[in-house]
Amino acid sequence: MPSNTGPSNTGPNHVLEFPGGYTRSVGPVIGRFLSDLRDGRLVGVRTADGRVLVPPSEYDPDTGEDVTDEFVEVGPVGTVTTWSWVPRPAKEHPLDRPFAWALIRPDGADTALLHALDLGVFEEGADPPKFLKTGMRVRPRWRAERTGGIGDIECFLPEVTLINAPTRLEYSLKGGQALGRFLEGISQGKILGHRCPVCEQVIVPMKGLCPRDGVPTTEEVELPDTGTVTTFAVNNIPDPRAPEVPFVSGYVLLDGAGLTMLTLVAGVPADQVRMGMRVKAAWRPREEWERSMGNIKWFEPIDEPDVPFEEIKDFM
Amino acid sequence: MREIAVVAFTQSHHSGEDLGLAEIEMLAPVITGIKEKTGLKQFGFTCSGSCDYLAGAPFSFVSALDAVGAWPPISESHVEMDAAWALYEAWVKLLHGEIDTALVYGFGKSSQGELRTILTQQLDPYHLAPLGIDQVSLAALQARAYMERSGAKEDDLRAVAARSRASGRDNPFALHLPEPGDGDDGGYDVAPLHPYDVAPITDGAAAIVLAAGDKARELCERPAWITGIDHRTEAHAPGVRDLTRSDATRIAGEKAGAAGVEVAELHAQFSHEELILREALGLGDDVTVNPSGGALSANPMMAAGLIRIGEAAARIHDGTASRALGHASSGPCLQQNLVCVLSGEANE
Repeated sequence: MPSNTGPSNTGPNHVLEFPGGYTRSVGPVIGRFLSDLRDGRLVGVRTADGRVLVPPSEYDPDTGEDVTDEFVEVGPVGTVTTWSWVPRPAKEHPLDRPFAWALIRPDGADTALLHALDLGVFEEGADPPKFLKTGMRVRPRWRAERTGGIGDIECFLPEVTLINAPTRLEYSLKGGQALGRFLEGISQGKILGHRCPVCEQVIVPMKGLCPRDGVPTTEEVELPDTGTVTTFAVNNIPDPRAPEVPFVSGYVLLDGAGLTMLTLVAGVPADQVRMGMRVKAAWRPREEWERSMGNIKWFEPIDEPDVPFEEIKDFM
Repeated sequence: MREIAVVAFTQSHHSGEDLGLAEIEMLAPVITGIKEKTGLKQFGFTCSGSCDYLAGAPFSFVSALDAVGAWPPISESHVEMDAAWALYEAWVKLLHGEIDTALVYGFGKSSQGELRTILTQQLDPYHLAPLGIDQVSLAALQARAYMERSGAKEDDLRAVAARSRASGRDNPFALHLPEPGDGDDGGYDVAPLHPYDVAPITDGAAAIVLAAGDKARELCERPAWITGIDHRTEAHAPGVRDLTRSDATRIAGEKAGAAGVEVAELHAQFSHEELILREALGLGDDVTVNPSGGALSANPMMAAGLIRIGEAAARIHDGTASRALGHASSGPCLQQNLVCVLSGEANE
């Protein structure tokens, strides 16, 4: 127990430690519990009145009477009866990232066991996750190498309630001739559409037929890159094409067009986007242009009065 | 039964940081002060409460006896508990009838180590201590359980902290702490507890003199008679307890006759503990709780429980209350609780 009582700014100048650790006898009851832990099992002991104590003690805490010699396997699944959340773990703690402490009543037991509960990866200082609740069902994560101590359970983990299934399919798509012509225009900074010979509406992007009249279309029309937001949605799930979360996807009715295009609306806070708002395409730098709608990053507001609802109500 | 009273109480100006004083240097002025207050140089019995783990030195309480003057040998004892339990031992000794006065003191310098880690060493060595769970994490488990049972919210805890700190700023011996939330980031210490819900690390000491019968009347104009004192403990393992209630406090309060007190000094080291203790003791809104600011304003370990009895006695001494209660607690999650009821009138 070396000690140096001079001033120190670099950590402790006095350490109280029992070299090699302190040896304790555990007796037959706690010893049975720890031996079963080493085997990867949770056991409790039955009291004279039939309750199961986990962790076991030699006596009934209510009466002080000896417990019976009946050990009962419990859990390993259990229920959280109360919890606390450690946003900044100390070096003595069993996890080095935010975690919960919990009292856990294993199935089949009448008392609760205290242990750490690992809920995944959180940044230091994080608030408790919303899914951490009293009543949560949890089970132990056993260490591979067990020695007969409470630490043979590394921690508890929530029961599996969700899976995350990988989903990926690969395709080689061709958009068809009409779309090919449209993208050719886009690659040159032009927005092309077709005028329907029957209804005379301009369809953009064109499909080679009029969805209203069911007739082929061939008359090409170049449209300006300005338009009006007819309706929109605020999205809170990240998307690689969007600048940030939340982002806005909207229907834009290009000036002169007879139907809307689905596009991103940006350059304005999400809560300031309006139906009827006037917008203009934000093009990528010319040297980055490809045969892709990606040439238009999104539509941005322009300084023009909003279009009255009456004029756009048929384009939602 | 013999009439026994608190006749004097002194405490240090508690500090939230290490002032560079050795424990004995912190304690000596308190002992000197209470000797001057009572005019006594010797006591029939001396009993102290302290914790060797706070200084990390075995038998550190022995060297503290130098502050009392222990030679030629005096009749003396020590508890490794809050000095409120030293007071209990001295009260029992006085009941025996062989002595008329007793000195009780407690002291602690929590600033020297990591208190919340040191207190891990008091836990069950098989199931709890090896996990490394600390005092604040355990308290937060109790806070969560209590809040879910009672419907209390974090704001209710914050209100306890705010009132305690406001009272503490009027107490020259307490730390003077800002309004909850001033100067912190609003985050949790260990959720659901915020930093202000946790008693501050405090260095300090306190002393009380007990006297019996006419000796008490001689030493004090208005002795604070101990009309009831009792202490009880909960079951050992936190997982077998109902953490939402303090039955130990309830029973100790019933045995000590807590009903009808005007002032209660509660040793709540966390905001939610005050709410649990109020309920256990049946304290209504008409009872003034912790006018000193309580442990949330100054928590010198091993003395803070004794200070609760001293502060309650001081309300009797100065005539502002006719019945007051001091409560002390020890161990994790209000494990063990002592209730001392004091009155301006001795029991018939």
